[in-house]
Amino acid sequence: MLGLIGRIRRLGRVAEPAPPPPERSPAAVGLGGSVQVRHVDAGSCNGCEIEIGQAFGPVYDAERYGARLVASPRHADALLVTGPVTRNMAEPLRRTYEAVPEPRRVVAVGDCARNCGVFAGAYGVAGAVADVVPVDVQVPGCPPAPEAIVAVVRGLTGR
Amino acid sequence: MTGVLVAALQVVVVAGGSPLLVGAMRQVRARLEGRAGPGVAQPWRDLRKLLRKEPLTPRGTTEVFRLAPVLLMATTLVVAAVVPFLTNATPLGPVADLFAVVALLSLGAVALALAGIDTGTAFGGMGASREVTIIALVEPTLLVAIFALSVRVGSTNLGDIVTSTLHDPALVISPVSLLAALAFAVAIIAETGRLPVDNPATHLELTMVHEAMVLEYAGPDLALVEWASAMRLAVFLGLLANLFAPWGIASLAGPLPVAVAVAALAGKVAVLGLALAVGEVFMAKLRLFRVPELLAGSFLLALLAVAASYFLA
Repeated sequence: MLGLIGRIRRLGRVAEPAPPPPERSPAAVGLGGSVQVRHVDAGSCNGCEIEIGQAFGPVYDAERYGARLVASPRHADALLVTGPVTRNMAEPLRRTYEAVPEPRRVVAVGDCARNCGVFAGAYGVAGAVADVVPVDVQVPGCPPAPEAIVAVVRGLTGR
Repeated sequence: MTGVLVAALQVVVVAGGSPLLVGAMRQVRARLEGRAGPGVAQPWRDLRKLLRKEPLTPRGTTEVFRLAPVLLMATTLVVAAVVPFLTNATPLGPVADLFAVVALLSLGAVALALAGIDTGTAFGGMGASREVTIIALVEPTLLVAIFALSVRVGSTNLGDIVTSTLHDPALVISPVSLLAALAFAVAIIAETGRLPVDNPATHLELTMVHEAMVLEYAGPDLALVEWASAMRLAVFLGLLANLFAPWGIASLAGPLPVAVAVAALAGKVAVLGLALAVGEVFMAKLRLFRVPELLAGSFLLALLAVAASYFLA
């Protein structure tokens, strides 16, 4: 325990200084500085998952802008959808979207979620996220940098 | 009349302060983890947003699911009004009986467990079964720990217990008080779902206890559940503070003693809450099957406290 106290004191604060707030997204209306995020992996290669994990980790710390990852779509305000939507995940994604109470937002994270990326035309792919549920915001990149994900989340919380 | 005002003030202080308590605890944790943290007021922002969201009840749920958040909130409000937080002479004093208060608090917890079963989902039922296991082990400890204090007073009324400790400050460091306080603290950690019994920040359904029961709540219902859970934490910490260290409580009527009592209560609860948050950083969640051992240990301490209160009286 003493070792842990020492490490906490040596480490101090690892969160990087906050960049200037991005332009407030029109999708932020009605959320008032608090966005609960449910992450849906609709068929991703897990590259975007690692970057989302970083965005909510101590260094980028998306939680300081009022966003929080939650365990249930019923608690959520926004869905972070990654990957091209596979045939097996199309219906679960639609149902997850239905389970989110209004006002709800969908963020398509990564090139695969936007236009199927390298998986376009593959036999198991049902389409991009926008073909299954309405998308409000997109994050380009393969995978997108944590800064880009944090910037979009900040657009939603407006902080 | 002033008694009614003080009881109302207690409710306002607990309802308004408890989200800030949760926010402060999250902030302390975030700082110790090297994060910046969302700020102390974040739970209030979450509640405001949830209250404005669309109410949504899952298909197949019954009135049990719809009534549970209201019942949880109502029982917590009643307890916040009657328990001696600001004054030891509330007009509802006779209701502040140790058995009534513990029973009211468990009524809310059981309502939520039933709602978890009512959703018919795997995680809801699993969370409910775990919660009931923990409640069954915690409630005896809560009762016996406070009972140890009531033995020397000869009354199970919480107001009387607080008054007797005020008149005889030496009681605070008696073995009875120390043993009972330790048992009560462990029981509070289990009952309010903090580490090492339950992790309030987990996203893993398989390790959830409290969260698993409320997975299906959305919008205003979820706001009620989260708000009531925060208030229960504040109520339990306030009980711990005032039963074992009642200084600052207003024994006279008048605005000044009550103002001092509000400040003392907020200070004591904040210190306890922050100590809990700091302690959580150094702890991992216990395996579920080890939790009964921890709770049996706390029950043993409570039993020793009762025995000591008879032998040392």
